[in-house]
Amino acid sequence: MLQLFKFKGGVKPDPKKTPSVQMPIGIAPLPPLLIVPLHQSIGGKPNPLVEAGDRVLKGQLIGGADQWLSSAVHAPTSGTVLAVEERLAAHPSGLPTLSVVIEPDGRDAWIERTPLDYTALEPERVREILRDSGVVGLGGAVFPSHAKLAAAKSVPMDELIINGGECEPFMTCDDILMRERAEGIVLGSGIFRDLLKARRVLVGIEDNKPEAVAAMKAAVEKLGENFEVIAVPTRYPAGGAKQLIRVLTGKEVPASKRSPEMGVQCFNVATAYTAWRAIVHGEPVLSRIVTLTGNVEQPRNWEVLLGTPLKDFVALGKPKSDTDRYLMGGPMMGFELPSLEAPLVKATNCIIAGSPSLFPPPAPEMPCIRCGACADVCPHELQPFEMYWFARARNFGKTQEYNIFDCIECGCCSYVCPSHIPLVQYFRFAKSEIWSREREKNMADAAKARFELRNERDEREKAEKAERLARAAAAKAAVKKAPPESGSEALSGDTSVAVAAAAPLDADAAKKAAIAAAMERARQQRESVQPKNTEGLTVAQRKEIAEIEARRAPLQAEE
Amino acid sequence: MLTAILIMALGALVLGAALGFASIKFKVEGNPLVEKIEAILPQTQCGQCGYPGCKPYAEAIADGEAEINLCPPGGMEGVRKLADLLGRDVKPLDAEEKPKQVAIIDEQTCIGCTLCIQACPVDAIVGAAKQMHTIVESLCTGCELCIKPCPVECIRMETISENIDNWKWKYPVVELKRVA
Ligand code: SF4
Ligand code: SF4
Ligand code: SF4
Ligand code: SF4
Repeated sequence: MLQLFKFKGGVKPDPKKTPSVQMPIGIAPLPPLLIVPLHQSIGGKPNPLVEAGDRVLKGQLIGGADQWLSSAVHAPTSGTVLAVEERLAAHPSGLPTLSVVIEPDGRDAWIERTPLDYTALEPERVREILRDSGVVGLGGAVFPSHAKLAAAKSVPMDELIINGGECEPFMTCDDILMRERAEGIVLGSGIFRDLLKARRVLVGIEDNKPEAVAAMKAAVEKLGENFEVIAVPTRYPAGGAKQLIRVLTGKEVPASKRSPEMGVQCFNVATAYTAWRAIVHGEPVLSRIVTLTGNVEQPRNWEVLLGTPLKDFVALGKPKSDTDRYLMGGPMMGFELPSLEAPLVKATNCIIAGSPSLFPPPAPEMPCIRCGACADVCPHELQPFEMYWFARARNFGKTQEYNIFDCIECGCCSYVCPSHIPLVQYFRFAKSEIWSREREKNMADAAKARFELRNERDEREKAEKAERLARAAAAKAAVKKAPPESGSEALSGDTSVAVAAAAPLDADAAKKAAIAAAMERARQQRESVQPKNTEGLTVAQRKEIAEIEARRAPLQAEE
Repeated sequence: MLTAILIMALGALVLGAALGFASIKFKVEGNPLVEKIEAILPQTQCGQCGYPGCKPYAEAIADGEAEINLCPPGGMEGVRKLADLLGRDVKPLDAEEKPKQVAIIDEQTCIGCTLCIQACPVDAIVGAAKQMHTIVESLCTGCELCIKPCPVECIRMETISENIDNWKWKYPVVELKRVA
């Protein structure tokens, strides 16, 4: 038996998981309308590939990844695109985001699906397929999986962790997936293992899910894999990637490092499952398992198409009449949905209907008594009360000194605080202020650089112009001196014709002088605007230039 | 007694030489105070402070010629930071505070005169003579310097509204009020 490690801190909230695992995964009916946001993962925003009026098939690419760290989105069913427009997002801000609105035709007609033998493909190609299939971390962080599937150059990949921790109260979507579709998870984990060339695969599951542990063990055995399925002690947040890595391997990943640099990588069970569907069945990510629980008559897990409006989804659970709000994510790390008009997305792992009795309004915030309870439970060994103090005073530099960016917003500190201080909200506020300042600072620096460049250019151009004028003036003066009076007359343009008519002999000489002067001026002008890229040329280049000049000479003479 | 004086004198000489050497070796290029002030200024380069850009204003502040409350894009926060840095008193901003804006060219009306390109201090406008011009939104600092030169008045300012990418978590007190 593997020796397990412990992470510091943590809390034991009431799990409240039982109600939603009484029934198997239900297949949610097709909604009348699907709203698919294009930006559903960390990283770049996919560009829309369809427009209003287009017909799409189930699984058709509707948003292509725009950069490496980005992930594609697909039509969840066949139908007609009604619009590509800004629609409300499932986001704490309640702001809209560019979405593709699809009216299903009810036929659910697939694109052509091509199963692939990934062992015959370049690893680079497999990662590309995962990106274009929209495979992202379904634990809630929605980080594009393909970008996590490269081992560090110098560090061998010791352990691949498959995360079935699911420590948030109420949430059971991973539990039920492991119970019902364990083989898919194991096969998907095998793909990850082969891409990472990981030596060992460890599946971590909290020990309050014995059925899931048994199902996973059976699947591993049946498929002849050597994965270790390990029950870890139930303690929130054991399902956090860093905590699970710590418990299973003893490795501590600091915020400044990526886990492959420590020879370990971690994926959620649902992510492994969708990767297997994508590669071996050619099915992009079109749906996910979502827990619908809380203040509802029928708590249950549903397999739902992405883009299903939340109001249609929550109706499946028959919310009780005193429901006054809905949370997305768990009660510890989730947020209150601003509206049910928003659609369900890849990040939606759980919807909890709330009521005043289930989530009583928070007690009023009182002053911090510096009891240190928050620091005791912080799994990252931070000092929440110090960070809170400085975040409250908007002293963001200090919060960074106390490592606010190590905070995973797990909510343990808020959970135990006897003064009911919403600590995590202060940390979120401070973090987003720091990010926005950083953005502004970068923009200001870039603007400054452009301004300085422009000033330099202006100055150079001015100097060049002055030089040109000076030379022209000098040439003019020289010409004036050579042919005494008539030259200057001839130079003054039109009048020269009149002068020429009156005194043809004299005019002839004047004309010649004028032409000579004009040519001289032209030559000087040409010289002064010569680009300065003719220095330091190779012999071959110089020869080439000489040839070109020779060719041009007769043409110029003709002119 | 004499040896003691000699030793002290020698020590003074050596230390003096070392200090002199250090001051040459570690000489700071440019004026560090100006740089610190400039880092606080928003680099909008709008000239509303009465100086032709943020750097000249920073220099004027460092020389003690200018007040610290003349930069409208920097807002009260900028004034406070400058006061902090320089140990001067915080003064109310000598103008109205405005939300950040960007300029937008009505591309149908533009006649391609290139006057706005010449006015833009941060090269945020692209176009060529007699061609339609446009403003690269991510580069525009919102300085408003391109508005006036346009002969057909086709440039307007638009406030950057809150969107899902620049949205920020609010100060918690606000939410507590809402709940209560
Ligand atoms: S638990 Fe609350 S009261 Fe105690 S130190 Fe932390 S913030 Fe202060
Ligand atoms: S929310 Fe942050 S500070 Fe609070 S316990 Fe969790 S990691 Fe620590
Ligand atoms: S007002 Fe502010 S932003 Fe504008 S040029 Fe002066 S210092 Fe720069
Ligand atoms: S100044 Fe106005 S008309 Fe001229 S190029 Fe700029 S936008 Fe077009």
